[in-house]
Amino acid sequence: MSGPVLELTVQKRLGDFSIDVDIVCESSGLIAFFGRSGSGKTSLVAMLAGLLRPDAGRIALQGNVLFDSARSIDVPPERRRLGYVFQEGRLFPHLSVRANLTYGLKRAPADERRIGLEQIVELLDLGRLLGRRPHDLSGGEKQRVALGRALLANPRLLLMDEPLAALDQPRKEEILPFVERLRDELAIPIVYVTHVMEEIVRLADTMVLVSDGRVEAVGPLHELTSRLDLRPLTGRYEAGAVIEARVAGHDKVFGLTELLFAGGRLRVPHLELPLGAELRLRIRARDVALALRPPEDTSFLNVLPGVVKDVSPEPGPLVDILLDLGGATLWARITQRSRHELKLAVGSKVHALVKAVAIDRHALGRRAGSGRTENRGT
Amino acid sequence: MLELSALEQEALGLSLRVAVVSVLVSLPFGLMVAWVLARREFFGKTLVNGLVHLPLVVPPVVVGYLLLLLLGREGPLGGFLYDVFGITVAFTWKGAAVAAGVMAFPLMVRAMRLSLELVDQRLEAAARTLGAGPFDVFVTVTLPLMSPGILAGAILAFARSLGEFGATITFVANIPGETRTLPLALYSLVQTPGGEAGALRLVLLSVLLALVALGASEVLARRLRRSYSA
Repeated sequence: MSGPVLELTVQKRLGDFSIDVDIVCESSGLIAFFGRSGSGKTSLVAMLAGLLRPDAGRIALQGNVLFDSARSIDVPPERRRLGYVFQEGRLFPHLSVRANLTYGLKRAPADERRIGLEQIVELLDLGRLLGRRPHDLSGGEKQRVALGRALLANPRLLLMDEPLAALDQPRKEEILPFVERLRDELAIPIVYVTHVMEEIVRLADTMVLVSDGRVEAVGPLHELTSRLDLRPLTGRYEAGAVIEARVAGHDKVFGLTELLFAGGRLRVPHLELPLGAELRLRIRARDVALALRPPEDTSFLNVLPGVVKDVSPEPGPLVDILLDLGGATLWARITQRSRHELKLAVGSKVHALVKAVAIDRHALGRRAGSGRTENRGT
Repeated sequence: MLELSALEQEALGLSLRVAVVSVLVSLPFGLMVAWVLARREFFGKTLVNGLVHLPLVVPPVVVGYLLLLLLGREGPLGGFLYDVFGITVAFTWKGAAVAAGVMAFPLMVRAMRLSLELVDQRLEAAARTLGAGPFDVFVTVTLPLMSPGILAGAILAFARSLGEFGATITFVANIPGETRTLPLALYSLVQTPGGEAGALRLVLLSVLLALVALGASEVLARRLRRSYSA
């Protein structure tokens, strides 16, 4: 069985809304479907799972055809072997947590049961919950059980449809490390649907931008977040650059951590991470200022030399500048007036100024193989 | 006073047998019809729905007479049953069970259909993604979740069967030891001079039986609700 990880070419009319997409994802890891509510992301995932029938098209996983209208193939959901984590959990209220977890496991073909109950109980920290009923669980616990239940079906692909949307921030923080662990440790390809940029930055390898039933772009996360033309979709306030970095040192005296990335060094407030740990962070465009010469006597801890790569052509008082920092990209949002006075154009040499406190702590994602620190939410 | 006479024992035993058999036999059909009515859209659904509810609205005598036409030894279905399986339904306790089952069917279907409509179909979809086929899902998810409705339907049908009179007497007559259930025995006593005391005892017996059935269903329903409360 070989072929792209995911091929999704479908058309579907739902009332006066229509979906028409053509997605091919070659790389595995975590594929994030990003778009606003009502953009059709959930319908796409439901069609992948076989819960919603496309009007026409073709769906294939690693070369396995699940749906093909031209050849009248429509594999029923129970034989697609996709794990589905729903926004509302959908645990069976009449079964215990243990019976919920093993529901899919019992039905998986014996020779495809790579993941067992003990492993999942350990991975998701479910030991204390096994004897309980779903209605005795908190929202976060329910989602952990739902996640475990889907994983124990030993799926070929895990679908997660806004699994954190119904949770408050502390509960999200409780679940996110688990999602990172299963992405890195179980190596199951994941399709993750969300409208929250923080989750994408933290988890995604590949991003699929969905808007109004169409796919606007597919590609590696850092590529799409640095494209000016996609900015209306990735969000105006949200606009920012995603940077892969490594912990290079800790400044104990001032409580700072020094990060190394393709564009240089970044100093940020102290992070509980060992030296060498890899992480991903996002720097919002509105937190970056520009100067033509390296400023003296400034409070900005991070001054990074770079070249203007692109200028957003939009009318209005603000302008977004895309910078090349020698391999890494960074965005800066400044006023039209500043741009005019600094005479910034493509090719201008500038210095980007980033306040240390501006690093988006919620969007810090840790990657596989990096010295992981235990951070189990509450 | 607490001792039951032979006639009373006979009527009580017969009534229980007729009611239990009619409920058990109609349960799977009731489930099937409830499922079709709740989950399927098809041409003629209104007609099917009307037919199912017919025993509720026509006089029981009409149902009894129709059963006699259909299931009598000379009837199309009754003749077939007799010729092929040697089964006689008319004027036997089996016929009484059929009459009771038909009369109670709408009540059973109604209760089941209502509970089935309350089952969250998103849970069934979740079960499908976990590898369960449609029948597997029905047995492991749908049935347990609608069990309070199945129980309610069964109890309603049981109570209705115990009280069945009109269709029974028309279809299988009033034969002592064969088709004379509690209501029929009561009717016979009322028709007999000097039977008032015996009639009163049967009235009390009927009331007692109904109360026990209702009490049992209440206890069971509460237990089910406790285990599924979500």
